Amino acid sequence: MTPEEIKNKIQTALPGTALKWVRDTLLIENPQDLPKVANFLKTSEEFRFDYLSSVTGADYLQYLEAVYHLYSMEKKTGPFVLRARVGRDQARIPSLVPLYRGAEYQEREAYDTYGIIFENHPDLRRIFMWEGFEGFPMRKDYVQEDSEILEASDIEWLEKHQVQVPEGMKKRAEELKKQGRRAVAERPGQPEPQ
Amino acid sequence: MAFTENLSSVDGGLKSELGKKGIVVATLNELYNWGRRSSIWPMQFGLACCAIEMIATACARYDIARFGAELFRPSPRQSDLMIVAGTVTKKMAPQVVRLYNQMAEPKYVITMGACSIAGGPFIDGYNVLRGIDRYIPIDVHLPGCPPRPEALLYGLMELQRKIDGQTIEKTEWYQKGLKREYPVPECGPHGLIPKFNPEVWAPREVDHRKERYGEPVLIGKKDKAPNLDAPVAARPAATSASSASQPSAS
Repeated sequence: MTPEEIKNKIQTALPGTALKWVRDTLLIENPQDLPKVANFLKTSEEFRFDYLSSVTGADYLQYLEAVYHLYSMEKKTGPFVLRARVGRDQARIPSLVPLYRGAEYQEREAYDTYGIIFENHPDLRRIFMWEGFEGFPMRKDYVQEDSEILEASDIEWLEKHQVQVPEGMKKRAEELKKQGRRAVAERPGQPEPQ
Repeated sequence: MAFTENLSSVDGGLKSELGKKGIVVATLNELYNWGRRSSIWPMQFGLACCAIEMIATACARYDIARFGAELFRPSPRQSDLMIVAGTVTKKMAPQVVRLYNQMAEPKYVITMGACSIAGGPFIDGYNVLRGIDRYIPIDVHLPGCPPRPEALLYGLMELQRKIDGQTIEKTEWYQKGLKREYPVPECGPHGLIPKFNPEVWAPREVDHRKERYGEPVLIGKKDKAPNLDAPVAARPAATSASSASQPSAS
């Protein structure tokens, strides 16, 4: 089957879904259509994509993406790749857990690192980072803390635990607090143009 | 690593001569250290790929039992040595410090591999602790990625030399005021609180890595992303290799 044929098959079965081929992968223009399309691919006789191998998050600056790799155990075909694009601020994609149980942890991982919210997910919590962690560390605008400089909260904690803190470190933390800044890693994010 | 020579009152030559006749001369200190260094029980505790090498060291080919350290204890209360074998993530670091606190004196720590020494290849990761020596004191730093079993055995032998240098009168765990429990860090909103324990560790004054290599890993904000909608560039023609060889042939 050529890509165009596949696209036409899905669109005739599910009228009104906007699809587009992007580099051998099928982009679903409206992420709300994703469960419909996945359900069709899973149940239709021609495709039978019964195994969801991976759910990936990706950050393309203007938008976030979730990428799904589908395989068919029955027909021994795959991978068939679906993409769903969402804006950075309202990153909400319907969950595929009702269709593929194996998506549960992978969607939690994409939520943990990219902040994509999967609607109807049974248990959407952080999975790698701990509860209370702020921010989504794999996004391109995430800034890491500078782990060499103590902050006011560290000094407070250390003094609560009767640890002697050198004066220089205390002074630096106070300065940061006065400026209302965090100690972040001020390191380049891009290679310098040569 | 600082260790002092074992100052025995009987000189070595006489001792070995007497040994040939079947007479053993030893100080209490020697017996004490001989017993301790020949029965270092490590904690059964592995964090990443270095643990595989640790397992190999314990198996028949390398046989850590030759050094009396074959009894891997599943409880910190019964173990003398903690081998921090593998990457310490920020989520795991509090547990490592807690296990260290629960060990009975005398206790020793070997950091095995680049990760547990300084973060290793993951040093710039948001989730990896840059060395467990930020929270607990270390006896032997064992570099490698991962170290081979021979290296771990060498690290163990270095630790045995350190134990040999300690004297029963001056061992710190019989002294008053020994503080070898360290506060367990907590997981905060951006990383661990505190970032390090200044009683144990302080940041380097000169960043040699930066001097030598510049900024090899880029961890700041990124403002470039591939454009998926652009047409894929055509692959270079498969004949380029044959066309390159043609001029030389002609």
